Amino acid sequence: MKTDIIIAGVGGQGILTIAAALGTAALNNNLNIKQSEVHGMSQRGGSVISNFRISDKEIYSDLVPFKGANVVISLEPMEALRYSSFLAEDGWLVSNITTYENIKGYPEFEEIKKTIETIKNHILIDADKIAKEAGSSRSTNVVMLGAGSWFIDIPADEIEKAIAEIFKSKGEKIINGNIAAFRAGREIAKTFIS
Amino acid sequence: MKKLLLGDEAIAQGAIDAGLSGMYAYPGTPSTEIMEYIQHSKLANERNIHRTWSSNEKTAMEGALGMSYSGKRAMVAMKHVGLNVAADAFVNSAITGVNGGIVVVVADDPSMHSSQNEQDSRYYGKFAQIQILEPANQQEAYDAIIYAFDMSEKYKEPVLVRITTRLAHSRAGVSLIDTPREQNKLSLPANPTQFVLLPSIAKVQYHELLKKSTAFIEESENSKFNFYTDGEDKTLGIIASGIGYNYYMENFENMPSPHPVLKISQYPMPKSKVEKIVNECNEILIIEDGYPFIEEQIKGYLTNNKIHGRLDGTLPRDGELNPNIVAAALQGKKFEKLMPPEVVKPRMPAMCVGCGHIDAYNALNEALKDFEKGHVFADIGCYTLGAYEPFNAINSCVDMGASITMAKGAADAGLYPSVAVIGDSTFTHSGITALIDAVVDKSNIVVVISDNFTTGMTGQQNSNALGRIEDICKGVGVKEEHIRIFVPIAKNHDEMVKIIKEELEYDGVSVVIPRRQCVRTLKNRALNAEIKELGLV
Ligand SMILES: Cc1ncc(C[n+]2csc(CCOP(=O)(O)OP(=O)(O)O)c2C)c(N)n1
Repeated sequence: MKTDIIIAGVGGQGILTIAAALGTAALNNNLNIKQSEVHGMSQRGGSVISNFRISDKEIYSDLVPFKGANVVISLEPMEALRYSSFLAEDGWLVSNITTYENIKGYPEFEEIKKTIETIKNHILIDADKIAKEAGSSRSTNVVMLGAGSWFIDIPADEIEKAIAEIFKSKGEKIINGNIAAFRAGREIAKTFIS
Repeated sequence: MKKLLLGDEAIAQGAIDAGLSGMYAYPGTPSTEIMEYIQHSKLANERNIHRTWSSNEKTAMEGALGMSYSGKRAMVAMKHVGLNVAADAFVNSAITGVNGGIVVVVADDPSMHSSQNEQDSRYYGKFAQIQILEPANQQEAYDAIIYAFDMSEKYKEPVLVRITTRLAHSRAGVSLIDTPREQNKLSLPANPTQFVLLPSIAKVQYHELLKKSTAFIEESENSKFNFYTDGEDKTLGIIASGIGYNYYMENFENMPSPHPVLKISQYPMPKSKVEKIVNECNEILIIEDGYPFIEEQIKGYLTNNKIHGRLDGTLPRDGELNPNIVAAALQGKKFEKLMPPEVVKPRMPAMCVGCGHIDAYNALNEALKDFEKGHVFADIGCYTLGAYEPFNAINSCVDMGASITMAKGAADAGLYPSVAVIGDSTFTHSGITALIDAVVDKSNIVVVISDNFTTGMTGQQNSNALGRIEDICKGVGVKEEHIRIFVPIAKNHDEMVKIIKEELEYDGVSVVIPRRQCVRTLKNRALNAEIKELGLV
């Protein structure tokens, strides 16, 4: 088995947390992992991605090849499009709809939405709202991980275990909030997959 | 035991496990996490490994040399341009040689994700004529550090380990050795003049270094990091170094390569292995993530149509490689970058909401509004983002410390006003000597030291300038009444403008210090306590 994932967003949106949860889950399941992330300048509100690869065989490249990603998970809709060229033929684009407008000339959301809708397999959800409803308003990123989890070859309960593990030091309440967020994201995304 | 580690972290763990006694570094993407990992390591704490930040890469390299002189193992880490700063100490450390092992880790940044250039540090290793390691993955990075300390102590020379951004900031599972090695005991060099590079001694030492070159090649021939894999199709042979090897192997979906492959991760190059593949194959493709370092050496100066790579355009001349670029080269095609849909706009990094640099720039821009544009020499840090809209506040960013000296040089030429903008950490990195030059010449400049109590851009590490800036300025001879401090917040805007204008009027060296804590550090308790104790708020 092999899953190639791109996680996208804006510096500070919590991409590294998603990556850490997946990394922990993959390691616990004895899978090979390569996960490259963006540190440094772009973390100051720039566009950031994490290339995440898991496989039961040796993984060479730290980078996912273009048109190789099984899923692009994005915390921000314009960033989803920036990396949509990574999607494999039958890959899925899973994006939050909440825009992060920290630049001049940010495009109209309708325009972004229209373009996303031209992609064969896409899921657009309001992750901020879902997180709030799940009682964990700061867990937008984990909602998105839940939504994307359908396309990742690791059992969902293993990802949940990993979430509990990485938030261990933050206490029970935070762990439960994040697990609720994960489940809510997963539940909503299900309705898009026929 | 397998641990999920960034390339940087694997390097740090390797050093701890190799019996490190001193880690010396100045922050710089993509190398920063090496020191940070050691700072947070329990074993490093138990073993009392030195692990505080140095003021710059040169002081780091020299600190390591002192640790080595005393018989203990030291590691130095920096980003590629840091090696320019450390170069004097680095190149000469090959002449002195070491006592305790020294490993110098330099993280290059092809494609300039967070840097002002993409220089390839392997040239420095060759220049210093020492061994270089270029690990291809996280496991090799870990293993290479332990091996590098062995090599360093075997040959009594420093070893350079070169990585690139992708390896530094990518995670994978790494198997660790069972028992970390013991640290060295304090012991002085057997030869008391080993570190005295007077010409008469240096000549002898240099000959010693030259004599080692044959042994270094021999080590590369037998190194587990350099391996040759045979392949049936000898119309093409592949020489791939470091992570370039991964981008090649990625193309075969875990099947063996159809062509012979020589993977190189240790230099000087393994000569007989290189000769074998070049003689055996009709053509050679060289894949390296950086400058055409191997390619230039193999190809030589004369026309050689057999060797392909970055020099003949088979691969792009610059920028980071990836699996697709290598795939295109293998298919003899031009690499076509996939472009995002048209609606997607670039999203540049920017200063944070609430950042003090913003208020400082607003004031500076207003104070300078009656002059033509083009009078502000800046430096490297978060405040460099003042070059972008809406500020357009600065006109230079070259190398750390250059703001003050460039402003001084421009003032020498008659430019008025001439303003420098520098951060607190950059000031103690390389700004102090620049300020002395300006004081000596009584240059008519205003130096803005935008003090946010941290090394912000690289992730808020400690700043060696904390609580010391006024004393340093006074100490080097800036007049006390021309050292002006204020808090950069919107409410103080008019006062800030007034102060800057007054100092622009003054014919001499002025230092203006907008001082407010970096908003990203507000929850850092240790820093908050220190700021309070120093009376900085
Ligand atoms: C020689 C060299 N070393 C390190 C760096 C990496 N670097 C870039 S910005 C920066 C931090 C500067 O901190 P400071 O001057 O305090 O400004 P701030 O980012 O906090 O505004 C560092 C270490 C570099 N570019 N060049």
